[in-house]
Amino acid sequence: MDVLYFAWVRERIGLPREKLNTSAQTVSDLVDELVAREDRYAVAFADRSALRVALDQELSDFDARLDGVREVAFFPPMTGG
Amino acid sequence: MRVSVQEAPFDPGQEVNTFAKGRKDVGAVVSFTGVVRDTGDEALHAMEIEHYPGMTEAALTDIAKEAQARWSLADTLVIHRYGRLEPGEMIMMVATAARHRKDAFEAAEFLMDYLKSRAPFWKREVTEKGASWVAARDEDEDALSRW
Repeated sequence: MDVLYFAWVRERIGLPREKLNTSAQTVSDLVDELVAREDRYAVAFADRSALRVALDQELSDFDARLDGVREVAFFPPMTGG
Repeated sequence: MRVSVQEAPFDPGQEVNTFAKGRKDVGAVVSFTGVVRDTGDEALHAMEIEHYPGMTEAALTDIAKEAQARWSLADTLVIHRYGRLEPGEMIMMVATAARHRKDAFEAAEFLMDYLKSRAPFWKREVTEKGASWVAARDEDEDALSRW
């Protein structure tokens, strides 16, 4: 699975994307796995309410299941316009 | 309908002319252009815009389709830039063409409200004191509830 990070999430984690092998069932499970891995993830995901997630390039939420998902992206609330 | 996500500058006048040219079925063309504004106490050197290639185009297309479904529109144009922009540069524009102005105005506002908080762009302000990510504003999220 490809995991992408944007804006300050990318800066805190220190990379724009990575490939992960995970058995996580949901987005929250995946975040728990990442947070347990290294401090930089714990820092980036400290406040999940400040983050948004997209699954295969569609906005989703942290309760969503990851079955069949190929690309997960984490980012702060969007500031277009 | 045209959606363009681009690094290159655009000319809003030329875009509106091309968009409106030769149409005999519309009575109203509305356009909005967003400009990099120098605000706050620290001088803004630049605005850096990051985006999510692939999702950005898809999200803008979905928003434009939603506008076409809700209002009676003959055509819709959305242009949004990314990369490093200086104060005074045009960031983005939307244009709508309709038989009547109410549809054109409302759809243009809808497009603006949605692309502010539903299209994957992130702004970073670079000032003389350093760079910082622009925080999303609650008002922008609240603005969606009126639609």
